[in-house]
Amino acid sequence: MTALSNLEEDFILKAIEESKRLDGRQPYDYRRTKIEFGVERGCCMVHMGDTRILAQVSCEVVEPKENRPNEGQLFVNLELSPMASTTFEAGRLSDYGIELNRLLERTVKDSRAVDVESLCIVAGEKVWKIRLDVHVLNHDGNILDSACIAALAALSHFRRPDVTVIGESVTIHSPQDRDPVPLNVHHIPVCVTFAFYHKGKRLLVDPTEKEEKVMEGTMVVGMNVHRELCTMQVTGSMLILKEQIIRCCQIGVVKVSELTELIKQALEKDKTARAEGKKFGFAESHPKKSITSKVIPEQTLDTSDVEDEVSRIMETAELPEQVSSKLEIKKPGLGQIGDGLTNSWLDDGDADEAEEEENGNSKEEDEMEGAIGSEDEDEEEEEEEEEKKMIVTKPKAKDKRKGKSKAYVSDSEEEETFTLDNADLDVIQGTKSQKLSEELDLTAALKKPSDKTKSRGNTRAKGGKKKWKKEQNIKDRP
Amino acid sequence: MAASMDDFEPRVVLPGDSLMGHIPGELHGKMTLGPGLRQDETKIFSTKAGILKRKNPHTFWIDCHQKRYVPAKGDKVLGVVTQKAGDVFRVDIGGQSQAILSYLAFEGATKRNRPNVQVGDVVYAKLLVANRDMEPELVCIDSSGRSQGLGVVGSDGFMFRCTLGLVRRLLLKDCPMLKFLGEKISYEIAIGMNGRIWVRAKSIHTTIAVVTALTNCEFMSEDDMKKMLRKLVAAGFHDSRPKPN
Repeated sequence: MTALSNLEEDFILKAIEESKRLDGRQPYDYRRTKIEFGVERGCCMVHMGDTRILAQVSCEVVEPKENRPNEGQLFVNLELSPMASTTFEAGRLSDYGIELNRLLERTVKDSRAVDVESLCIVAGEKVWKIRLDVHVLNHDGNILDSACIAALAALSHFRRPDVTVIGESVTIHSPQDRDPVPLNVHHIPVCVTFAFYHKGKRLLVDPTEKEEKVMEGTMVVGMNVHRELCTMQVTGSMLILKEQIIRCCQIGVVKVSELTELIKQALEKDKTARAEGKKFGFAESHPKKSITSKVIPEQTLDTSDVEDEVSRIMETAELPEQVSSKLEIKKPGLGQIGDGLTNSWLDDGDADEAEEEENGNSKEEDEMEGAIGSEDEDEEEEEEEEEKKMIVTKPKAKDKRKGKSKAYVSDSEEEETFTLDNADLDVIQGTKSQKLSEELDLTAALKKPSDKTKSRGNTRAKGGKKKWKKEQNIKDRP
Repeated sequence: MAASMDDFEPRVVLPGDSLMGHIPGELHGKMTLGPGLRQDETKIFSTKAGILKRKNPHTFWIDCHQKRYVPAKGDKVLGVVTQKAGDVFRVDIGGQSQAILSYLAFEGATKRNRPNVQVGDVVYAKLLVANRDMEPELVCIDSSGRSQGLGVVGSDGFMFRCTLGLVRRLLLKDCPMLKFLGEKISYEIAIGMNGRIWVRAKSIHTTIAVVTALTNCEFMSEDDMKKMLRKLVAAGFHDSRPKPN
């Protein structure tokens, strides 16, 4: 965003005078801060309102500096990419960037948060160089505080490969070989930025980008939980009273303890997720967002009797006959149904009986053939599917499922045992060609197979089935 | 035609989707393509992710969640004056280049009688010229020389940015949000097609409330809007109440 207009500036200043902020916060409130860790060790992303910072820690073995032969190195690099804000240039770091970089370095490095002596492998020859890259992904004010949080969280999260030194030889173990070791982070210094307005009289914590544009100056207080001051910096063109500085430090103490707690919680959460083998990483910590405002809330469906029902079906159902996949022409003129499958629905002993019945009851025989053909292929799968479908509890596409489960129940059962009769075909047709009416509820769908098993038990009482079919028709056809 | 109009349903499309299947056949060959659609020989593709919409009889476009503004002729926009350069002002309207606004393009302005416009002022203006590779040109008058509400926006109130989708929703004929809000709080509003909205209410407190309500209502249904406004009223953002401090 480019220049702020006069009226925006006036408005923000007036609002601050009334102790109000655009986002409804109180003057000393932080925005919602979220810390996430990547799948890789030492990768951390911090959201502070709309400000986003990504920190990545990496390590390599280098020769130590001559004046410090037994100390490892910590390199801090802050990157302001044009992606974050249009005012940032690529490549070269602006004055603002250099200031932030230096402040971050002072807070992280000069406060000796990371024990560099433990990074020494062989004195004067080999030490670990820890590189901390902080990238600003989106700039909506207060980069420093969020960068500090990201940096410290990433350093605490990072694990470097384990090393053993035997005589002259140095072995760097792969992660599979030996568990990587964490860095020694002595304390967690966090920066708190204050923005001053109205000649230093008003101050805000965690200013947004717009508030930063209007401010007269800032004060940065870097502190850890033990109230040890690590960094202190005042910039801008205003005079601050002594009392203001004391007040800032007092606010800082509170904010630092809150933020440190946040970092510790995030680290702990990630640790338990990794230990318990749960999913972790950025993708996991992001809530699934959708642009639709209408969402059907999850509902509970009564599935208490579903399992009994399924097990009863599983017990009573017979294994499907082996269907040959060869193309076979039985008689000239006899319908060859499906893709290379034989027509088995008139081969049964009941064939004539069934046929008679069909002739008597149905006028839609022609249409049915197509339906059966597709049925044959899925026979075996359906039994499994059926089970799954029945235990579905999500309300999504409830009506469809109802229809389907019904169709599956009917054909998987009937098909396996004997030829399809009208009732089933009607059901199949009904579900495939026209939508099942909504009046049918799931209980009806569940009851149906039990009716059928019974009817089969009584050497398939045709009458019962016919009756059922009639009911079905009434319900199906609106 | 009427039948096909009924058949058409807005649907979600992704970049690269061929839309020939979604558009009634009899329309092929005579249609107007709006933002997000591209013709490639005889086929039509979407170039944006959004909802394919249609306006009678054969205008199609894609409604999408976008923040980048591309100047279009006739749009009313809110801009910030960044520079006075001779007889024109340079105005930032959020497009890829700054727009120019002649000082004569104000109501009642003559060579002698210059309008009082300062750098940093917000202007509500209409785009007269908006071509690719050309500087967009703004005017604050209509063809008969009247301002019609255009011009420098007063020095108070607040301007904020939002998505272009929200702007379009607010500019719909019967926008429920503006109506509901108006029932509870009295406010002034200027909506720029470039994703900027200027709002002024009685106090800073209520202005902030209006801004928050408007930015939050983008993905709300009417019921949710009403609920939110009820909350606002409950929180003391009501005209009849004394200004809370």
